Order: sequence, then structure tokens, then C-alpha cells
Amino acid sequence: MNIEQIVKDVLSEMEDKGNKTTSKPYTQEYKNKHIVYRQEKKVGVDEPKNREYVEQVQKETPARIGIGRSGTRMRTKNYLDFRVDHAAAQDAVFKDVGDDVLTRMDLPILHSKATSMEEYLMNLDVGRKLNEESRSWLAEKATKGKQVQIVVSDGLSSTGIEETIPDLLPTLIQGLEAKNISMGNPIFIRKSRVWIQDEVASLVDCDLVISLIGERPGLATSKSISAYIIYKPNKESVEADRTVFSNIHEGGVPPVEAGAYLADIIEKMLQSKASGVKFSQMQ
Amino acid sequence: MKLSCQLRNETYYFNSIKDVLAKASEEKSGDVMAGIGAKSSLERMAAKYTLSELQLKDIFENPVISYESDQVTKVIYDDVSHFVYKEISGWTVGELREYILSHSTNSNDLKRLSRGLTSEMISAVAKLMSSIDLVLASQKMKHQAHCNTTIGEPGRLAFRCQPNHPVDNPDGILASIKEGLSYGSGDAVIGINPNNEAVDSVARLLTMSHEFMQKWAIPTQNCVLAHVTTQMQALKKGAPVALLFQSLAGSQLANDDFGVNQELLDEGYELMKSEGTSAGPNFFYFETGQGSEVSLDGHSGVDMQTLEARTYGYARRWKPFMVNNVSGFIGPETLYDGKQMIRADLEDLFMGKLHNLPMGIAPTYTNHMSADQNDQEIAGMLTTVAGANFYMGVPGGDDVMLSYQDTSFHDDASLREMLGLRPLTEFEKWLEKMGIMEEGRLTKYAGDLSIFD
Repeated sequence: MNIEQIVKDVLSEMEDKGNKTTSKPYTQEYKNKHIVYRQEKKVGVDEPKNREYVEQVQKETPARIGIGRSGTRMRTKNYLDFRVDHAAAQDAVFKDVGDDVLTRMDLPILHSKATSMEEYLMNLDVGRKLNEESRSWLAEKATKGKQVQIVVSDGLSSTGIEETIPDLLPTLIQGLEAKNISMGNPIFIRKSRVWIQDEVASLVDCDLVISLIGERPGLATSKSISAYIIYKPNKESVEADRTVFSNIHEGGVPPVEAGAYLADIIEKMLQSKASGVKFSQMQ
Repeated sequence: MKLSCQLRNETYYFNSIKDVLAKASEEKSGDVMAGIGAKSSLERMAAKYTLSELQLKDIFENPVISYESDQVTKVIYDDVSHFVYKEISGWTVGELREYILSHSTNSNDLKRLSRGLTSEMISAVAKLMSSIDLVLASQKMKHQAHCNTTIGEPGRLAFRCQPNHPVDNPDGILASIKEGLSYGSGDAVIGINPNNEAVDSVARLLTMSHEFMQKWAIPTQNCVLAHVTTQMQALKKGAPVALLFQSLAGSQLANDDFGVNQELLDEGYELMKSEGTSAGPNFFYFETGQGSEVSLDGHSGVDMQTLEARTYGYARRWKPFMVNNVSGFIGPETLYDGKQMIRADLEDLFMGKLHNLPMGIAPTYTNHMSADQNDQEIAGMLTTVAGANFYMGVPGGDDVMLSYQDTSFHDDASLREMLGLRPLTEFEKWLEKMGIMEEGRLTKYAGDLSIFD
């Protein structure tokens, strides 16, 4: 986990929010009135036997260790850090991906059958199917008969999509273009789950579909996404037919690298006409 | 057997005991998703009333999944004491509830009663109980087990030190172990969830934790929570295993998905007797929790709570040292919010104890569920009052490998302090020797992981 990056992110996020919520000029004087929230690893243990050791192991694990205590409870700052991380993770699930991000990426917005976040979370099936309007839009307007169709899904982390897709998608597209692989126009589907890719594939008649989907967020990483790839899905397709690459985020596999890597894998899958366990056995 | 009920101006019909059980459950999102829960609040009450009038023999004669088709049912029925069952077969479920709660029924009576009950009966009676009912009844039952330490003695509360690391960095894991021990957490087990399931990697973590325990003469047990077959392979290669772990479910379908069955667990038990490092006779650590069968599509139309009870009926065959309930780990499609999670924790603790199992609770929440730290702490306090044997101990409550929140080392120490509970006997002596604890309270050295440096 890169602490500096997190601090930078938080600071810039706060500045953005500050700008949005006030019409006052952003002067130095105004800035001085603010407490700036910072998150950094500090030894919180009172008089540790070996402070250097604690500092050193704090670098070796993202676990919240060496934080000390007040009585049997956490210190105030550590407690608030925990709650801030949880709030960020919850927002990543419960907020929608911003329309501006999607417009900038030029992604048409489709919808699953889920009509609310609550329904999406509680009923796995509704997130696996397109609603009628999106179904007919795809049937009429989508580019068909191409080799690859890219689907972007919010899944369980809208933040993951906002932070990752702007870097990942262009490199993936470039990678595929360089290999002369034909593509339909990428689409975004709100409140969708992985299996919706099967329905998309049948509507656009592609050989292979790749879903880029937001992961269930943890406290340490709320920005992670995964790629699920399947070659010619049909009604008999199961989990083992999908190839998955997880942990795509700045602290894991960086999005830019992931795009190039995924393009290579897709090329191999198109050649071997397989994905999932079948594909890995052929490697 | 009466399967319909007139309530207010409506008659409610139920097709089977399975249907009554499902509709009598408190609302859970997993049962709604499976399409088996009550459709209205009054229908739920009609089901509860119908259930209260059913006789135990009605339930005994109609298991929710048949004996012939499901190994879990078979194990449960093969373990029942027919002598005890015959004494109570004419009771209604409502009478069973009153017997359990009565002042004249003590802990030994319940231990004996348990031998005559099937898991469905235990699930049924829990459905007629409120939160205070469940806590009072759970308090009456405290079950002990022995591996290297004795868990479940009165006045004592144990913890699993859970030192996970996202890529199994041994130094990072060791640092978390030291931190947990310095807070008095780890007397139940030092239990590592591995990220890498390769046998060699699992064996390395087992050796590392075993050597650390030996170096500091810590009276506890180690465990690496890989699949049981992986641990058995490591054991056969000479890795030091004190406690053998496996996740279990309440239907054969779901256990097939987990890759476990009776024969395999029997083999694991025998292997621990001959190759394990611990004293025993309790060698198993099981994890369970409402909802796994729904998420694996292996529920067979049975409600989550009844499947959880059946998991305990299955687990008791192997006389585990600890059974940990992790309801809340899966997500909102099974337990939607803090309210559902707290209820599930109370039900599961009671049902596990009525199966004579040494139960612990992991009040947990994921970030996509509508629950937060306050809900989790409430569940922790309530189940401690109800007498759980142990909880998890995670650094700062944040599991950086499994991406969910569980009780922290700080919570562990707090739960002990607020109810005057002590660590397990041998472990407490060790904490005193290390200067971490004095007369049941943490000293100024507690929380300093560098005391092991």
C-alpha cells in the first residue's frame, strides 16, 4: 500500500470537495481555517521496547498493527481512520459511476433488470440480465459480428471503475487494434454482474467478451476491478469457462499494464478458441 | 400433523414442514432470494404459530432433505439417541421452548436433551425464540473441549489470533501474531488464512507458527486454514499441525462444492490422531455461517437457519475443538444488514450450543452490506453475554487478506474486561509470565509487539 499516494488522493479529493461546496475564494487565510485529514502509519504504542522494529514491520504488512491503545480501545485517530476507510468502501458500493466519467470515455449507458441498488444487492439474478430497453438498444444499435466485445460493469465498486477504466480501456483498445483484432463499441452496464456478458455476447454475435467489473471493496483497497473473459458463451457455460484476472488497481496490477496484458491473453484465446479451465490446460 | 392455520380473517396453508420452517424464520434476504421466505408479516406469524403446535415426532419423521439422498441428514440421524428421543417425541415445539427456558431445566438436562434432538427440531425451537430467549438459553450451556488448551471453562473467554497478510509475507504475519499475543489474543488458536493454497506454502506457515510457539513456550495451537486436503497433504509431509480446519455446510450439495464429505473428515480425524502435534482429543476447527448453501445454489428449498442447524448436526460427529460461526461474511444477498446479522449470530450461537458444540462467533460485515462497526460491536457484546467460547482477533478489525471486518485485538480485550472474563487457564499463566497481564487486566506492556523482539 502506497501511503504517499493515499495521502495525495485524499488531499486532492478534499480540495475538490472544498471547491464545490463553497463560493468563497480559496485563499491562504481560508485554507488555514481547515483541519486537513491525513492518514499515515505511525507507531501508537506508548514507550515500545523497540520502536524501530515496530516501524519496520508496519511497512511489511498493510494490517493495522503497532497502533497502540487507550485502555483496551483504539486511539481516536486510528478509530477514525478505520471509519473513514469503511465510509470510502461503502461509498464505492452505494454510489453510481459518474455520468461525466462515462461521457468522457464515450461509453453508452445500458441497464440491467435491477431497478434499485437494494434489488441489485439482494437478488443476484436481476444483475445478470439486461432490461428490455437496453436489450433492444443493443439489438438495434450495437456493432455486430466482431471478434471482441468489451463490457464495463460497475459491479460492487463504482470508485474502482472511475479510477481504473480511464487508464485501462484505452490501452486495452490500442493493444487489440495493434493486433488487428476487430471490436464492437465498448458498452457500460449499470448495476450489472459478470454473467450479463453471456446475454451481451448473444446479442452482438461476437467471438469473445471481456467484462471489466468493480470488485467487492475491502478497507485497504476499494478501487480494485477484475476482468472476466469468456469465449463464445452459451446456455451451458459455467464458472470454470471464464478466465479471471483480479486485483487491477494502482496498488495491485496497474491499469495501464493490465490493458496490454489482457490484449495479449485475448489474442491467444481467439487463436485457441477457448477460455477458462479449457484455455489454461492448453497453455 | 396440522399444516394450515387460521389467523385473523385469513387461512394460511403450508405444503410441508420444510415450508413452515422457512416461513417461520425471521426475515433474511437469502431466504427471500431463494423464494422460500414468508410473503407477509402475518404469514410469518401463521407459520410460527403452526410450528409451535407441531410435535417433535412430526419433525423427526419429515427431515427437510431425505436420509437416503443426503449425507448430512444421514450423519444427523445416525447420531440421535433413540432413548432420549422417545421421551420427548410427543412434545410440541412450543413445549420444547418452555422446557429449555424453565428454571428447573439446568445445563446437564440440556446436554442430555440434545442427544434426542435432530437439527431441524433445534432450528424450529430457535424460530420461536426472541433475542433475550436466545441469550438466556445460550447462557445455560457451556461446552468444553481440549486440544492443547481447554476451551469453554466458566469465566473464561478465548480468541483466535488471525494474522492474515494479502500475499502471505511471513514477517508481516509474524508481526501480527506478536501484536495479537501482546493483547492476550491467541489462546483459542493462532490461525492463518493463507492466500497461497500450495502445500509447500501452507507447510511453511505451519512450521513458522509452530516454531514461534515453541520458542516462547506458548500454550496454544496453530492452524493454517487451507482446504482440509491441503492440510492433510502437509501433515503427511511432516508439517506441524495442531488443529485441522475445514468450512462446512448443511447440505450434501453444498459440501460437495466445498469438496468435503464424511469419509474425508473421518480420514482427517484419524490422521490427526497419529500425526498431529496436539494432545487432543478435539482436533477439528470448523467454520460455518448462514447463507453459504444459498450462494452455492445448494439449499434444496430449505431456509438458511435450518441449514445452519444441520451444519452443526453434521459437525458434531467429529468432536471439534472449536466451531466458528461467520454469518455476515458472504454479503447482503444472504444477510442484508446489521439487524439480520445480529439475529443470525444469536440464533447460531444458541443452535450450536444446543448441539453440544464449543461455539465461537465472528460478528462480521462486508463493505457492500448495510452494517457498520456499531452493529458488529452490539453483536459481539450480546453473544459474549450469551456465553460464546471465543472470537476472532484481527489487527484493527480489518482483515487485509479477506476484505471484511471482524473483531479486533482491542475488541477482544474489551469484551473480557467488560464482563470480567479471563483468558484460558494455561494461557493466562503465560501472559502473566510475559508481563502482559496481571490479575486479569492488561499491563502497560500490552499492545507492544516489540516485546518479542
